[in-house]
Amino acid sequence: MARVVLKLGDDISTDIIYPGRFMATVLPTETPQYAFADFPEFNARLKSGQVPPGSVVVAGKNFGCGSSREQAASTLKGHELVIVARNFARIFLQNAINLGLRLVVCPEIAAEEGDELEILPDKIINRTSGKEFKVEPLPKARQAIIDAGGLIPYTRQRLLEKVAARKRA
Amino acid sequence: MGLTMVEKILARATGQKKVKAGQVVEPKVSLAMSHENAALVINQFLEVYKDTGLKPRVWDPDKIAIILDHRVPAESSKTATNQKKIREFVAAQKIKKFHDIRGDEGGICHQILPESGYVLPGTVVVGTDSHTTSHGALGAFSFGIGATEMASVWALGQVLNVEVPGTIKVVARGRFPRHVLPKDFILYLIGLITAEGANFKVLEYHGPAIEHMDTSGRLTVCNMSVEAGATSGIVPPDKETLRYLKEEARVKGKIEIFGPDPDAEYEKVVEIDVSRLEPMVACPHTVDNVKPVGRVGKVKVDQIVIGSCTNGRLDDLAVAARILKGKKIARGVRMLVFPASFRIYQQALKLGYIADLVRAGAVVMNPGCGCCLGVHQGALGDGEVALSTTNRNFKGRMGNPKADVYLCSPAVAAASALTGYITDPRKGGK
Repeated sequence: MARVVLKLGDDISTDIIYPGRFMATVLPTETPQYAFADFPEFNARLKSGQVPPGSVVVAGKNFGCGSSREQAASTLKGHELVIVARNFARIFLQNAINLGLRLVVCPEIAAEEGDELEILPDKIINRTSGKEFKVEPLPKARQAIIDAGGLIPYTRQRLLEKVAARKRA
Repeated sequence: MGLTMVEKILARATGQKKVKAGQVVEPKVSLAMSHENAALVINQFLEVYKDTGLKPRVWDPDKIAIILDHRVPAESSKTATNQKKIREFVAAQKIKKFHDIRGDEGGICHQILPESGYVLPGTVVVGTDSHTTSHGALGAFSFGIGATEMASVWALGQVLNVEVPGTIKVVARGRFPRHVLPKDFILYLIGLITAEGANFKVLEYHGPAIEHMDTSGRLTVCNMSVEAGATSGIVPPDKETLRYLKEEARVKGKIEIFGPDPDAEYEKVVEIDVSRLEPMVACPHTVDNVKPVGRVGKVKVDQIVIGSCTNGRLDDLAVAARILKGKKIARGVRMLVFPASFRIYQQALKLGYIADLVRAGAVVMNPGCGCCLGVHQGALGDGEVALSTTNRNFKGRMGNPKADVYLCSPAVAAASALTGYITDPRKGGK
């Protein structure tokens, strides 16, 4: 069971998730401090450790629109948040999967802050409201990367295969 | 059924006769561009090689471009250290398409790439910047990726697991009325199809209004295609593309061009008659909150910004200079101009545009992205309003979540600079 800790609307941009003025900070070990920096109250809760790993952010359509900044994914990954949204903007979705941030596409999701969700592979059960919502699979092209544990191990594996093939030839 | 532009390009980049939307492919990359976030790409690239026993070497140093543009000159020691790290990597890996902070060859990545002749039609271009969609203006399939994905490209020379996107065909008919510019067309389109209307899709531009548009205007249109969520915007290359590449980008040798098949399969067709368009404004805080300038109401402006990768080219500066020449911008308004590259800056100097703008009261800055995304110069105060020719008006975009950003064309921006209010250039301008 996971608790909804933040509810957001449509078109949440990467400028809201990770404001541009912190972009000189790039290391995944350092980006988490600026997550939702312009929501000072929520940011303070994250930083003080009051939000347990696996907590859920619920959002509407087009979550992560805008910039390609990977900090927007690494900052959320740093807090091990789970993002449930009606859909995600393409670059954010890819960055999230590449870094192992958990995203759930749930086109009809209805949940309020404080609700308890049970997230299953094919549906989400809102244990507070008693309602169920269908989960859409992530783009098939991304599955191999998820299975490999992220894009870095996946690329490493492909690189070693390439080098081995070159040696054989 | 035939193939769209992007299906054709991806078929070539994967050595296949045809590929169709929905298929997963791993195209070879012709150009891989990064800016300051190369600092993060470098970290991730080294991580890929960790414990492999292999020496980290980029797949092809001639196909990598790095342009310092986001925070130039460095606004902090942290940025300066990252930029230093990038220079060291560039030297060690023998990357030649590197544009440092220099008045003779510097500028914003999305201007440097086309004007340097780095982008060719029919190729696959990736960049660690969402506005990499710009280069579709030259008929390339050009899209934004994250830093880790770029590290993967640097290692392998291809993009892994790309789902071939479906395409929306946009047909633009008619001729642009006076003071209505390509920026108004793309803002109108984003308002029409919404900020997620083309998510995971390509916008392919056709019609007489696109054919008559020069490459600068096409760059504006493709640049902002991402604001409708598009993976890329693309214009089938034509005579104008060849003219630009030969005359302005000084590309030597034969340039091969091709368009989509006549019977290509599109997900949707959107038709727009540009002769009926008005100057448009995207109101806070989403780019699809678009209204004709006359319906925005009386909005007092504190800061005008002209420039960026979207509207910082010579024709954009010319529009502004023409409206402002011999006049004064209103008291209480500060106007910042960011040419898109130093080549453009020099041309604008020669043509007198810079003098016209400065005499009117504008401050001409060095080419760079910092103001647009609120990381360097031109931040807004609490409750202030900016009217900008840049590409995003998200909350906090210009460095302050308590400020408002409106987006418009250079004509609307310049006309508004004279009055201090958001102004219709057909009335307020000259």
